[in-house]
Amino acid sequence: MNERHASRHGQDFSIPARLLHWAMAVMIIAMLFIGAGMVATVSERHALLISIHKPLGIAILLLAIVRLGVRWRYPTPELPRHLPAWQRLAARLSHWLLYALMLAMPLIGWAMVSAAGYPVTLAPGITLPPLVPTSVTLYAALRFAHTWLALTLFALILLHLAAALYHAWMLRDDVFASMTSGTRRRGPGSE
Amino acid sequence: MSRQPPRPPRAIFRLAAIGLVIAILATAFAYVSGWLDPGWLTPDSLIDTLEADTGIHAGYRRNHAKGICVTGEFESNGQAAALSRASVFDPGRRVPVIGRLAIPGPDPNASDAMPPVRSFALLFRLPDNEQWRTAMNAMPVFSVSTPEAFREQLEASQPDPQTGKPDPDKLAAFFQAHPETKPFLAWAKTARRSSSYANIGYNSLNAFRFIDDDGNTHFVRWGVEPEAPFSPMTEAQKQDPDFLSQELRQRLADGPQRWHLIITVAEPGDPTDDATLAWPAERRRIDAGIVTVDSAQSQVDGPCRDINYDPLILPDGIEGSDDPILSARSAAYSESFNRRTREQAEAPNRHQEPQS
Repeated sequence: MNERHASRHGQDFSIPARLLHWAMAVMIIAMLFIGAGMVATVSERHALLISIHKPLGIAILLLAIVRLGVRWRYPTPELPRHLPAWQRLAARLSHWLLYALMLAMPLIGWAMVSAAGYPVTLAPGITLPPLVPTSVTLYAALRFAHTWLALTLFALILLHLAAALYHAWMLRDDVFASMTSGTRRRGPGSE
Repeated sequence: MSRQPPRPPRAIFRLAAIGLVIAILATAFAYVSGWLDPGWLTPDSLIDTLEADTGIHAGYRRNHAKGICVTGEFESNGQAAALSRASVFDPGRRVPVIGRLAIPGPDPNASDAMPPVRSFALLFRLPDNEQWRTAMNAMPVFSVSTPEAFREQLEASQPDPQTGKPDPDKLAAFFQAHPETKPFLAWAKTARRSSSYANIGYNSLNAFRFIDDDGNTHFVRWGVEPEAPFSPMTEAQKQDPDFLSQELRQRLADGPQRWHLIITVAEPGDPTDDATLAWPAERRRIDAGIVTVDSAQSQVDGPCRDINYDPLILPDGIEGSDDPILSARSAAYSESFNRRTREQAEAPNRHQEPQS
């Protein structure tokens, strides 16, 4: 553990973790709306949204890798001890599921586009190599997974947000602040 | 804990506020997904309408289901390089192509004598993982200018359960209400069916943007013109449901077939967002090079089978236009591809059955 970067009370997420969290929150929610919108329209928005979806997805993949490094390098605040065991377990599970999905979704998208034989175009003239060989069977499975995991991710984000707001507005503990302004401004913690 | 939890009734308001935040996000998501409006024209609903007309032929393209794969190459002569920086137009550039010649309609066993239109789809495989895909048709204009009108046309074409054929009154009413269909109808009245896939020209129908080395935009349409002279379908051919693919194989046995890739350049004021309107005949036409087809393969297991000829898969130097039919084709082809690949994955041996 790196003392220099740990917060004074050990109760806040590190500054890099907080920056990554909020930047990626905006990107991932935007990504989910773009994805849902682009497959639901036959208008010119279809192509426009796809052209944003692909580079944004790769950006999320890169940031997710950085974020895993940050998670490993900096301490993560403990949940308050007053929480029931099932809530701590739910928090732990949902957080790892969120990490898994933010890594898996871009990889599935990249593999899916590759399996369909489409060029993986990030911008005009900038293409990524295919991640897997062309195979319609593989494409069909990945296409299916991409949709349903996206819906799972959106549901999980809503759950995560509801839980965060529950901590902030109902329990009024330090959980929400540990990812925003930090708990120091609010005086000593709950220990 | 730093502060006490709120007491009712404040707790109820706070809970309600949390519920409201979640509800707003979920509703917004449902809205952009088109779930709140059953009339919303989505790629899904467009293909559903098509399937309602024609039934489902599992594993096949939802339209232009009957066709034949062809392979060959494109050789650029460099004449289009001033208009587009796409590497495919570099002087002397030769790229492999995988094509598909087909007839419109959903039935992979339809008779070749029926439809007046033939289609030619091409995938140009460019360096650096780039691709150029185009789906061209042997007609000068498209019937309608918007996907909404196309859906109406499909709905008007729905077969009557009694006769199994479209209701002529409904079709007439549709064309009456859509004067933009006139150029297409005028062509359809006089169109002569070709005796071959190889002796007719094919058009992109939609406009595209060519981007040159300096970043300037040029609106274009493109097409291919055959070297083989046109001849009409014969009486004997009408009796043979597969004459187009058989005739093509015979031709290719005698030698490669060639088309010239012709780029037509718009002038200011030419419609670039309306595929029902042809551009004036005197527009500049550039012969950009030659598409050579030297072999054909069955679409059941040939190299074109798993290709979605999405007209918006374009290399750097070519971009789509604001033609709404172009966007709709791209979106609908993707949905067709999703459905048929899913069907293929569920029953991988379906295509192994002998097809006429």
